[in-house]
Amino acid sequence: MSYEMWIILTGSLVGVTCGTIGCLLIIRKMAMLSDGISHTVLLGIVLAYLISQSLSSIYMLIGALIIGMLTAFLVQFLYNRGIHTDASIGIVFTSLFALGVFLVSIYARQVHLDIDHVLMGEITFVPWNRLTLFGVDLGPQAVWMLGTVLVINTVILIIFYEPIKISSFDPVLATALGINVVFIHYLLMGMVSLSIVASFESVGSILVVTMLIVPGATAYLMTKRLSTMIAVSAMVGILGSVVGYAIAYWFDVSIAGAMSVALGLIFAIVFILQLIIKKMYQRSHRGKIHVT
Amino acid sequence: MNAIELQDVSVAYQKQLVLRDINVNIPTGKLVGVVGPNGAGKSTFIKSILDIVPRVSGDVKILGDSYRKQRQKVGYVPQKEEVDWDFPTNVLDVVLMGMYRKQKRWHRNSKDDIDTAKSCLKKVGMDGYEKRQINELSGGQQQRVFLARALAQDSPIYLMDEPFTGVDAATEKAIVKLLEEMKKQGKTVIVVHHDLQTVSEYFDWLILLNQKVLHAGPTEKVFTLENIQQTYGGSLQVLNTNQSNPSVLHS
Repeated sequence: MSYEMWIILTGSLVGVTCGTIGCLLIIRKMAMLSDGISHTVLLGIVLAYLISQSLSSIYMLIGALIIGMLTAFLVQFLYNRGIHTDASIGIVFTSLFALGVFLVSIYARQVHLDIDHVLMGEITFVPWNRLTLFGVDLGPQAVWMLGTVLVINTVILIIFYEPIKISSFDPVLATALGINVVFIHYLLMGMVSLSIVASFESVGSILVVTMLIVPGATAYLMTKRLSTMIAVSAMVGILGSVVGYAIAYWFDVSIAGAMSVALGLIFAIVFILQLIIKKMYQRSHRGKIHVT
Repeated sequence: MNAIELQDVSVAYQKQLVLRDINVNIPTGKLVGVVGPNGAGKSTFIKSILDIVPRVSGDVKILGDSYRKQRQKVGYVPQKEEVDWDFPTNVLDVVLMGMYRKQKRWHRNSKDDIDTAKSCLKKVGMDGYEKRQINELSGGQQQRVFLARALAQDSPIYLMDEPFTGVDAATEKAIVKLLEEMKKQGKTVIVVHHDLQTVSEYFDWLILLNQKVLHAGPTEKVFTLENIQQTYGGSLQVLNTNQSNPSVLHS
């Protein structure tokens, strides 16, 4: 596969992985928690490196998973004690992120784990960081990591679709129906943490928020069913990465940045189209008696 | 056997006691009103039966056994403000959620399930709304969808949290009709209610609640001016001081 195709595939995988899980965050009104987790996983990655002394993906996934869950737990802990969610996200995210930055500056200077890379990612280098097993070149590591996380997320989503949907819509009914709402919450937080860390290398911790929120928000405008919303969101994620690559190619700019811009544009277009359609609908129905 | 028995139940939110030493035995086959002033813990009372609030002490029995074992026998209708009506789903799907426990894991939403859900919607006068997006519903329609979902749960006991709040007159009538039908089928329905005017018309059993149960029993015995004034304290305006049929304006 050519260099360009690997990058587009990586971008699309980020779009699908983050886009699907992002839908669940949006309907649960927890979009900002993803911003928090996307930063605190830095601490997880740094700790994983310091403990394992390796930059291997599996340690990073585990480290990020643990810190991601810890973030979700601490936010909930503070909220239960009377601090508003937005404030508690602000407290937890900044302090854990700062701790991560602190540790990077002290211990990790000698390795290529620099802050710019963590924040912005570098999808351009993804095709060169390859996974070799028994001497066989299997393709870029990032693709394998994203693919694995996507499979895990998809399997969980299929198995727990109904409980996730019910507990997102009506947690009290879900509890009354015997669904373990707390388990579902942390299951989702685990999926979010995995998705973020898998996307890290490619798009970094700031742009991953775009990938998580924008496809879902766009799909939310277009559909009325959760299942369709998730599917549309995945497609928007792919479209964003393809269009983004084209933009980056023409203007010779950062690929991950261009992908985010593309997603922003797609959202804007859908949003404006929707406004126009609404206006036209209202105009064509003006003067008629509305029967409900 | 009693439908629900609460023994010494106390509930606290963050160390503040909301309900204290609730002792009440609710008989089966009654329409039960739970009445009390704002902040009396009426919703908490219902939630303590459902075991979704931190119970400090006490014991709840449903048809003689613990809630954990009898879960499928209790249907629940929350306040409609408790959910997000912009959630991407339609009316039929919300009703099907009520049938979650009855469905087989890999065979959800079969044709039978959908037919049942549709017939439940028909009972609340919402047939034809199956594919309607839930954010396009009026307050009364939202309440009816919740009732249809409860019907789909098909339980012997129902708990409803203020179903009459913010609904139109037609919906109020539809709910009353439904409650009477449920009673005829021998179901026990416990309804949190705030409109004292309609209490004696709608309910045949009554719980007067203000952090503790002040009075409980058949409406004609419990619903007296003296008892109501005791429950509501001084914040009550009385229109008609006829002891046997007090008509009261809300505080």
